[in-house]
Amino acid sequence: MTKLDARIPGGPLADKWANHKNSVHLVNPANRAKLDIILVGTGLAGASAASSLGELGYNVKVFCFQDTPRRAHSVAAQGGINAAKNYKNDGDSVYRLFYDIIKGGDYRAREANVYRAAEVSNQTIDQMVAAGVPFAREYSGYLDNRSFGGVQVSRTFYAKGLTGQQCLLGAYSGLIRQAAMGKVTVYPRRDVLEIVVVDGQARGIIVRNLVTGAIERHSGHAVVLATGGYGTIYYLSTLAVGSKATAAWAAHRKGAFFANPSFVQIHPTSLPQLNDFQSKLTLMSESLRNDGRIWVPKQKGDKRHPNTIPEDERDYYLERRYPTFGNLVPRDVASRAAKERCDAGYGVGDTGLSVYLDFGGAIQKQGKKSIEAKYGNLFEMYFKLTGSNPYEEPMRIYPAGHYTMGGLWVDYNLMTTIPGLFSIGESNFSDHGANRLGAGSLMQCSGDGYFILPVTIGDYLSDKIKVPRMPVDGPEFVSAEKDARDKLDRLMAVDGKQTVASFHKRLGKIMWDDCGMVRNEAGLTRALGAIADLKQEFWRDVKVPGRQDQVNQELEKAVKVADFMELGQLLCRDALARKESCGAHFREESQTPEGEAKRIDSEYSHVSVWEYRGEGVEPVLHKEPLVFENVEIKERSYK
Amino acid sequence: MKIKLKIWRQANAADKGGFVVYDLDGVAREMSFLEMLDYLNTTLIQRGGDPVAFEHDCREGICGSCGLFINGRPHGPATQTTTCELRMTKFEDGSTIVIEPFRSRAFPVIRDLIVDRSAMDAIMRAGGFISATAGSAPEANSIPIRRERADEAIEAAACIGCGACVAACPNGSAMLFVSAKVSQLALLPQGRPEAAERVRRMVDKADELGFGHCSNVGACEAECPKGVKIAHIARLNREFVRAAL
Repeated sequence: MTKLDARIPGGPLADKWANHKNSVHLVNPANRAKLDIILVGTGLAGASAASSLGELGYNVKVFCFQDTPRRAHSVAAQGGINAAKNYKNDGDSVYRLFYDIIKGGDYRAREANVYRAAEVSNQTIDQMVAAGVPFAREYSGYLDNRSFGGVQVSRTFYAKGLTGQQCLLGAYSGLIRQAAMGKVTVYPRRDVLEIVVVDGQARGIIVRNLVTGAIERHSGHAVVLATGGYGTIYYLSTLAVGSKATAAWAAHRKGAFFANPSFVQIHPTSLPQLNDFQSKLTLMSESLRNDGRIWVPKQKGDKRHPNTIPEDERDYYLERRYPTFGNLVPRDVASRAAKERCDAGYGVGDTGLSVYLDFGGAIQKQGKKSIEAKYGNLFEMYFKLTGSNPYEEPMRIYPAGHYTMGGLWVDYNLMTTIPGLFSIGESNFSDHGANRLGAGSLMQCSGDGYFILPVTIGDYLSDKIKVPRMPVDGPEFVSAEKDARDKLDRLMAVDGKQTVASFHKRLGKIMWDDCGMVRNEAGLTRALGAIADLKQEFWRDVKVPGRQDQVNQELEKAVKVADFMELGQLLCRDALARKESCGAHFREESQTPEGEAKRIDSEYSHVSVWEYRGEGVEPVLHKEPLVFENVEIKERSYK
Repeated sequence: MKIKLKIWRQANAADKGGFVVYDLDGVAREMSFLEMLDYLNTTLIQRGGDPVAFEHDCREGICGSCGLFINGRPHGPATQTTTCELRMTKFEDGSTIVIEPFRSRAFPVIRDLIVDRSAMDAIMRAGGFISATAGSAPEANSIPIRRERADEAIEAAACIGCGACVAACPNGSAMLFVSAKVSQLALLPQGRPEAAERVRRMVDKADELGFGHCSNVGACEAECPKGVKIAHIARLNREFVRAAL
């Protein structure tokens, strides 16, 4: 299985990245201008990579489906970004950050990648501050930190509840600076439909221009996917509704293996679903759990107003079950605990599918002003969306589909199993194991983009300096374009009766019920059958109105949902194959007597890596063994 | 709820466009404004019609994609609210709602309610950045910044680039948008070395792209969904004068 060589450098863990940087091949500055890099996606990973690669002198072609790079969904991350600065003198270090991520991911991540992510985190904060990201300050003028779920130190940098927006705009400013200097060319309003592979190497993409409908071919010496996650597979999720797996799935179909697809984070503090028209679930930052206490009434079906329920009749179930971490347990643990209470009949609200997040005590202790300074804009947002005032009564929250730890398999160089095709940020699988800790996503995305990819892609490109720019009329481009056109033609030709959204909703419900927070063999098997049926019905009865040669948002959605039908099946297959519980992947068959996730290290201490073998053909499961040389594998306990 | 919608339909940039009226029954008060439009589109598709094209993405008020001119106001009747955050509870049963794209010489219509706002990217390209090349940054805490100053910077930085300020302004000026970036970076010590060049280039670019001049009307501040203050335009003016001296 030579294809699965993770290429982890030798030497002690703490020296691997330095050793690797010292040994990779470099590209002479004068030669970089001869090399074109295609970069898809402009979230924090894509924008920071575009910025760094442009600065190095490569020609970067950036593609995004939005009207401008600044809108990618990193913009919505609220709470913060981690780094091991130890500004709070609370014993933090690169090793401790690394350890927390490995443990938080329930020992299903690759040690070397995680250590590197922790290592570059400090440099990332320096870079962001220099670029003008206005992180929160203490009265001294120095940077402030706060704590986040799953850890016992304060290492999270934040900018009100707008951290993602500020970090993204910082990276975007680097990107547009390179655009101004002519090193980056931005192609907005483009959907990537196919990856072009020539002689076994990624050399281009086929895109649909979302304004004119034109199908365009673009070539480069390497292709980078920074396309984010696929949490919208649940239909309702915390993601932007435009988020999709189209480019990643196209890469998978062309030979990029997909790792741990079923590792999906269900975020504990989202606004609950309130009705059937709802198109999206809004996240309330995890940082709220620093001061907010989560509870349900001790009495089943208690319909009293929460403010009138006395203290001793409230069940602060996280504090009860996990006295050490309390409300700051990791997301997967908090989500399952909320589901457990609601399933047992203690949930609140009309649907019984929500729990309280209460700031009453914190406001009493710290004063309204202090709470407002920390969470003001989040409280405002909550008030706008629900009409309820969290300064006066508890918020109501429920878990929602959020982040995908799974993604394209990459080696230490962030390269997929297709040479020349790289994947960075959320779109790869590499750093968060089976569960991501809060404020880890911005950290990974920016580390990948600013500092890691620029080194590793140089190594790949170092022997390509004599490779001329590729014309886009070769047979591989022609056939990839034909595949793209055929798919669009087929979607338009169905001309059925049901809308794309109605199929997406039904797929989302199957995924949520049987491949969501809790999974079991019967449910996953049922889901596989149900998705297969739904997929057939989709291709028989979907209605895509309008024409191809114009703005056609229904066609865009149809492409996305067609991919999700296939990806959904892969999620279920992956969840079925992993008969243990780990992190966010909870198999009912594998739990402790207290209902906690029970890993089976003897059989599942590996990355599940799936190879595509054609439509309707069973994919092949490969395994990358996970070796832990620097941490002792333990039961993951937050009690 | 039963409502009447008067919506601007335009096939493409070359098309003349015009209003089309739709009677929509079965609207729930719990819907968001965009969910109401989703619902309208579902009924249009089911009747064999062409759905209304409109832009949206995060649906939580932060990406800046959505932006509709609703009953004569950018983002509709609620203050400091983006179109996607707007709820149907703000409208009465039986009411008529007029929906247009953001109008500005610098924002050509692409289709229906979607406009081309790439001119805002062009302004940013002219100078909306600090030239901090990756690898050259000093240790983050070596640049202390007074807390009040950092807070003020973030208030400016909260701009989502939606273009409501341009649509609200009788002159079609983008000055609130430009000033948000100029002000954020001028407030931070990291941004000072390029401050003069930045303000000159961004203001010149806005002029060149056909945005109007600021005449202190204040509509931008009133309609900004993120509450960006017109005081930032005052700071921009100071920076501009200082740059000229």
